[in-house]
Amino acid sequence: MTRLVDMKGIEKKFPGVHALKNVQFDLKSGEVHALMGENGAGKSTLMKILSGIYQRDGGELLIGGQEANPVSPREAQALGIGIIHQELSLMNDLTAAQNIFIGREPRRSFGRLDEAALNARTAEIFASMNLDLDPTAVVGDLTIAKQQMIEIAKALSYRSNVLIMDEPTAALNDAEIAELFVIIRRLRDEGVGITYISHKMDELKQIADRVTVMRDGEYVGTVVAADTPLSQIIAMMVGREVKEVPVVAPDLSDAEVSLEVTNLSRGKDIQDVSFSVRKGEILGFAGLMGAGRTEVARAIFGADPRDGGEIRVHGRLVDIRSPADAVNVGIGYLSEDRKHFGLATGMNVRDNIALADMRSFTGMGGILDDDGMAATARNYIDQLGIRTPSEVQEVRLLSGGNQQKVVIAKWLLRDCDVLIFDEPTRGIDVGAKSEIYKLLEVLADQGKTIVVISSELPEIMRLSHRIAVMCEGRLTGILPGGEETTQEDIMHLATQRAAAMQVTGTH
Amino acid sequence: MTDSTITSKASVLVERGTYQKLLAFASLVALLIGFSIASPNFMQTSNMIAILQATSVNGVLAVAVTLVIITGGIDLSVGTLMTFCAVIAGVVLTFLGMPLLIGVVAAIIAGALCGLCSGTFVAKMKIPPFIATLGMMLILKGLSLVISGTRPIYFNDTPGFHLISRGSLIGEVIPFLPIPNGVLILFLVAALTAYILNRTVLGRYTFALGSNEEAVRLSGVNTDMWKMRIYALAGGICGIGGILIASRLNSAQPSLGLGYELEAIAAVVIGGTSLSGGRGTILGTLIGALIMAVLTNGLRVLSVAQEWQTVVTGAIIILAVYADMVRRNKSA
Repeated sequence: MTRLVDMKGIEKKFPGVHALKNVQFDLKSGEVHALMGENGAGKSTLMKILSGIYQRDGGELLIGGQEANPVSPREAQALGIGIIHQELSLMNDLTAAQNIFIGREPRRSFGRLDEAALNARTAEIFASMNLDLDPTAVVGDLTIAKQQMIEIAKALSYRSNVLIMDEPTAALNDAEIAELFVIIRRLRDEGVGITYISHKMDELKQIADRVTVMRDGEYVGTVVAADTPLSQIIAMMVGREVKEVPVVAPDLSDAEVSLEVTNLSRGKDIQDVSFSVRKGEILGFAGLMGAGRTEVARAIFGADPRDGGEIRVHGRLVDIRSPADAVNVGIGYLSEDRKHFGLATGMNVRDNIALADMRSFTGMGGILDDDGMAATARNYIDQLGIRTPSEVQEVRLLSGGNQQKVVIAKWLLRDCDVLIFDEPTRGIDVGAKSEIYKLLEVLADQGKTIVVISSELPEIMRLSHRIAVMCEGRLTGILPGGEETTQEDIMHLATQRAAAMQVTGTH
Repeated sequence: MTDSTITSKASVLVERGTYQKLLAFASLVALLIGFSIASPNFMQTSNMIAILQATSVNGVLAVAVTLVIITGGIDLSVGTLMTFCAVIAGVVLTFLGMPLLIGVVAAIIAGALCGLCSGTFVAKMKIPPFIATLGMMLILKGLSLVISGTRPIYFNDTPGFHLISRGSLIGEVIPFLPIPNGVLILFLVAALTAYILNRTVLGRYTFALGSNEEAVRLSGVNTDMWKMRIYALAGGICGIGGILIASRLNSAQPSLGLGYELEAIAAVVIGGTSLSGGRGTILGTLIGALIMAVLTNGLRVLSVAQEWQTVVTGAIIILAVYADMVRRNKSA
């Protein structure tokens, strides 16, 4: 196999940060080479150097055996390097075809566009990917998965022989991931070299030929995926072994039912959903993307109107019409998108925590009690183990896991004892994930009621005392947590599309 | 609940932005009908032509600023740039005594160069468009006064100059329809700009920049250069606006211009172009400009005081944007 890319002794410094220290990486034709590491390990930085977005400060970069120094994405593209970014970089207001050929549209004289050729060439690419998609569809109207496919089509349209995929499956459901893997394997068989960055361990065995692990900007090692147990790769990533203990559901039959939802419905998204959660319990919500789990959470929280259904908190019927109503009865919702809905990232930790309950820090004449806010913030920093130099650190400078803890602190300060977590560990690396899990368990122990929505089955199985499964807006079953439930049991319910519905829950 | 589900389905079926355009068009028709019922003087050919004539300058400026707004920017300098271009035409034609065509070309080139300056501030120096064009607005206002010596420049030595706006080529062919050339020019400019927006690379990048600039840059497009070109094109169109107003007044009035930018932006917004960029149409902007002119004219025909006309215009802008927000929340 020929070497498409060879990087040796790569150095990169940003002001105040030594981002890459003597890193090496190589990619052969016809292989999928996974690049693993916790957030901040330097994977994305390394790939940005390869794709011409950053320039290296030292080291050697060979592309196709030739010394190369791409100084722009365009130059890297000319060298056959295509990159699919972690955050989709598409123009939502343009069509699929217009997105794919942005920057090199087929033109006629006087800068006029040849729209027919544009759409025809896009249709060809889609056909070669076996993708059923209309080139003239507006990208913003498509699902995330389809948008991902368009990103890949775009990279392919450059006739790239190196394809860098930065967390391509982050927002895909299992069926879509399978589809993506089919395309990746076909490209690999055609001789394309693929660099695959992902946090999802289970994907490694399915797709990767080799795995290179990075930690703190340094190269740790490269192993053959098939011969290496996952635990060893994880150990390489975090520098220690991470053990997973199966969850033991506590006996809560005497505990008070703190949240009870009956016959909740909203259009096609939520169809007659009923469940209850007890004090101290962690209820997991599993299902494929679009199953209606987030919709249920938003309806309970009052973020979306509901058509029907009753919500009882601590046995009392409540009428929740807005998020403010929900908070007043003690329900908190931690959105999957922390940056958009959970945090003011430009503000510091103290102000973000206090934001939830400004009234208690407001004195005479509307003057804010800075000391009180700082004391409260420090209290939560200790209690939740938020890693921050001080309470006046800006939140955007914290890691994903610590940002999530700041959001949790906000809701605890609001006295919410029913907490709904939507994808609590999205974008958080392996080490910090287990910390969040422990924190959720501690909160449940303290008598909080926890609902966790997650698309990652291992996460659901790791946390839930009981597992509610949804499919296409219906609750298709509630399974017990712990060892007696397998991933297959959950998937069976998650794909149960027929009208038949059985609730096997015990409560 | 069921009702809102149905409406949201319906608005998904209709192409994006079409709803707002229809709404704007319906409002225009409603205003026309309303005013003609309220006053018999309104629906006269002469009054209709007056409305069109009043639309021409604001319309041209609004077309220019539409381009910039679709990129996600804003141009506050279109009003004083128009005046600056009119003054340049005055200098070339009256002070230097050059032929008519050279005066016109000079004004358009001056506009394009000023637009290029704004574009450079925004694209190369990374100054936010609001600030860059605010600065440009004041610079141009000052320069117009300096160059003209704070006095109006008249075009009495250039016979035919006033015909650019006030003559009527259409009227010569169809005598009962004396639509002034200014209106004809507005529609030509609008048609050409719409063509550029929808059919050329420049237009594609205008939408792409407003949609996701970083993505365009990462696709290897020289975004800075294209942004400068878009601002320059908008500036050139303002130059045409300058010729139109100078021709209509048969003079370059150096103290004119402030406030025109806000009217132009208002027309764009009423026409359904998103201030956050990525979306917008020239047709919508034209309808927006017509709504503003019909409103001003109709209220005047009904003898509503000037002060109140301004109040109504402001209220209409807020209503138009609110209608757009309501629609978007429903379809989201």
